[in-house]
Amino acid sequence: MSDVLTQRFFGQIKVLFGWEPEKPTTIAPEAKQIHELKRLTNKQDLQAVKAHMREHEVKSTKWRNRRWATLIVANLLFVVSYWLDIQVLEGSLTASRFVGFHLIDLNSALQVMLAHKHIITNLLIGTGTVLVLWALLGGRTFCSWVCPYHLVAELAEKIHLKLADKKLVSDQTMDRRLRSVFWVVFALLAVATGYTVFEAISPTGILSRALIYGPGLALLWVLALLVFEIFFSRRAWCRYACPIGLTYGVVGILSPVRIKYTLDGCFHEGDCRKVCLVPHVLDTVIKGRAVAPAVPIGPDCTRCGLCVDTCPTGSLKFEVKGLSKLL
Amino acid sequence: MSEPKPTPPLSKAKRQTHRRRFIRTALLTGGVIGAALSGFLPQVYARTRRLRPPGALDEQDFLASCIKCGQCVQVCPVQAIKLADLVDGMGVGVPYIAARDQACDFSCDAIQCVLACPTGALTYHKPDFLPVRPGAALAAKPILLAKEKDAEPTLNLAERIGVARLIRPESCLATQGKGFKGQTRGADFKGKMRYMAVDRWKPIPVAEHPYDVAECDLCARECPVKGAIAIETVFAPDGSKRKAPVIKEPCVGCGVCEMVCPVEPGCLTIEAREVWKT
Repeated sequence: MSDVLTQRFFGQIKVLFGWEPEKPTTIAPEAKQIHELKRLTNKQDLQAVKAHMREHEVKSTKWRNRRWATLIVANLLFVVSYWLDIQVLEGSLTASRFVGFHLIDLNSALQVMLAHKHIITNLLIGTGTVLVLWALLGGRTFCSWVCPYHLVAELAEKIHLKLADKKLVSDQTMDRRLRSVFWVVFALLAVATGYTVFEAISPTGILSRALIYGPGLALLWVLALLVFEIFFSRRAWCRYACPIGLTYGVVGILSPVRIKYTLDGCFHEGDCRKVCLVPHVLDTVIKGRAVAPAVPIGPDCTRCGLCVDTCPTGSLKFEVKGLSKLL
Repeated sequence: MSEPKPTPPLSKAKRQTHRRRFIRTALLTGGVIGAALSGFLPQVYARTRRLRPPGALDEQDFLASCIKCGQCVQVCPVQAIKLADLVDGMGVGVPYIAARDQACDFSCDAIQCVLACPTGALTYHKPDFLPVRPGAALAAKPILLAKEKDAEPTLNLAERIGVARLIRPESCLATQGKGFKGQTRGADFKGKMRYMAVDRWKPIPVAEHPYDVAECDLCARECPVKGAIAIETVFAPDGSKRKAPVIKEPCVGCGVCEMVCPVEPGCLTIEAREVWKT
């Protein structure tokens, strides 16, 4: 990895914890050359190319469809396992057994360990398995490909955007460092009170249990969050609050599965940033910001693939580090 | 090196935007933390004293260690275990047993919920650093009547989850010298139980198993644990002799007596987390 990318790698970890991305101070000469060439391009020619491309653009929903299917199948597997008593995936998202193997959600496990201050073997096995699984698959991949709250929030987001289009609501942004604060606060609360305080309000746990064991009053809290997101702040829970996202974000820092940005063909129109749950990870697509001809996207990215679907030039693609070289 | 450029002063509009964003962030912080802490309210008022599944740690440790996955719910053959809702605050998603509706009758033989628990919230072996409350420990491993003839007849249970208590002695049929005929709890009762005479491995609805007894002894008759309850002759407060169910030390607090008691409301109840007092 070149120096500029190493620097960006650490910068992106800061971004994961809530800091705003900074303008790069040094840019690799190869990237500089591309930036320069783009500046020198005749404006009218560029407009013509863009217009031509827009005319022939095919709107894809490939990755979104795959992701929704995965998310629904994963959650339904819990439900049918219980209802048909086929014992494939027993339990709920906080902890389960996949054909006998313990799987335990990292954030829930952390809460229990901090509150109970005692770790039994099964808890360790389940946590270890899930840690390895998501470290390989991309950390926050959990958020967009498995978490049931992500799906309902995505639908709520569509309503929010429709209302915003009609100027009925506007997105009220917040300080993203809040998520790190919440993470610390809930960890401290667990240690101090001996209760797994966050579990009482975790929409992931509440929704997962509601699907499997039947609805309850706790769904009102999930509903309140969705109403807040529709009328006040776009995707507020996932963007500014959820400590589960931060936990998995950290797990995915070194993950081989990620989105790769290629500077060359990009027109810097920013379609990707408009659809992104975490647009701060896409700062590199802004004109003049890319530090290298190819830039991997940072760990706060949920690998949802909306940008891949949206990008009209194919500048954003899924990449599996190592595997792509082999193929 | 050139002089570092002084940071340009922020425009008034930008400062305002920043201030507003700060206020909004503070509001969201307050809202989420407030919602989380409201979960303490039920704990503070201690409104509900839930009966936990067998093998549960003491309440505070149980709430700390339960990961709220519901695997215990899934393995129970009589669906005795339910998950608590929002009104239980910190206990949201935590398992409990409503014994009058469906008691734990140990028809799984091995206490499946304990085996299923991934965090040790339900356990056979309590870690050494957790104290055992006086009277919570069972004098001996309880003998499960259903497998009394097996090589290993005991339940691997070291502590009780509660103790049965006769709370309405005046309405007890045995005390009144009455018998009982028909379906206990009526035809619509959904509760299930394992009857060894019917099928060892398949619990059936209690409503499908009518009784006909000359002197009501359903609580003692159906108790799954050996020597935990018996109908005995006792002295009433006025000195006269009468029959009544008497709870003994082996009682683990499973709640079968509470479920099968045919009178409404039931004469017996499980005092959750109660200990044995001599």
